[in-house]
Amino acid sequence: MATQDEIKFLSNPNIGQKQKKYCRFKRFGLKHVDYKDPDFLIQFINQQGKLLPRRLTGNSLKFQRRVSTAVKRARHLAILPYLSDLLK
Amino acid sequence: MRHYEVTFIVDPVLSGDEVKSTAKSYQDILTSEGARIIHVDEMGLRPLAYSINKRSTGVYYTIEFTSETGTFIDKFELTLKRDERIMRFLTVKLDKYAVKYNEDKRSGKIGKRVPKEPVVKKPLEYIPYQAFNPEAVNSKRSAEPEVAPTEKPQEN
Repeated sequence: MATQDEIKFLSNPNIGQKQKKYCRFKRFGLKHVDYKDPDFLIQFINQQGKLLPRRLTGNSLKFQRRVSTAVKRARHLAILPYLSDLLK
Repeated sequence: MRHYEVTFIVDPVLSGDEVKSTAKSYQDILTSEGARIIHVDEMGLRPLAYSINKRSTGVYYTIEFTSETGTFIDKFELTLKRDERIMRFLTVKLDKYAVKYNEDKRSGKIGKRVPKEPVVKKPLEYIPYQAFNPEAVNSKRSAEPEVAPTEKPQEN
């Protein structure tokens, strides 16, 4: 139980604060996007198998381009579907 | 000197030996053209994301090779295209990061991602209900030294 002294705010101050998005390739030092790894690429496509925009993934332009080519290569080799339903 | 990588899917209807001989024949073509094969990755039978030629699985092969001139690649791709045993193929030029990535993958530095362990939430501490006991409160009060209440100035 929180005592009276521990209560400082009436509502949670972290609610409503936007978390800054970041490019995971830059932050974790990933230099290459592998088109043969569907488990990794699935993070950048939605349930229909469409590519997610940079606005949602937070990728930098350089790596968004590489992700998009990797996803397109994976689709050609039937590693990822061109279109699907409930992919995730 | 450039690094290339060719990935192709072999028809799974063929017997195991035929699949292997198909992959071997393409390695032979590459070596005869003067390419140096670095690694052959046999990914084995994998399900396809969509059916190709009414097949739902395929045998994946990846050959990484280096070549001084990439002039034979057009011819090489044409033979792949004409081959009925090959369902799909893709030839890619590798940059230095991709070469390093493949090396690391072979040496086991890049492995399968381990899924994070789910966070186990601690159950809330159970505090049993205590009925109001005036005697206990009174005894506690008497034990504590009584603080004289400061007198407030009376308001009119």
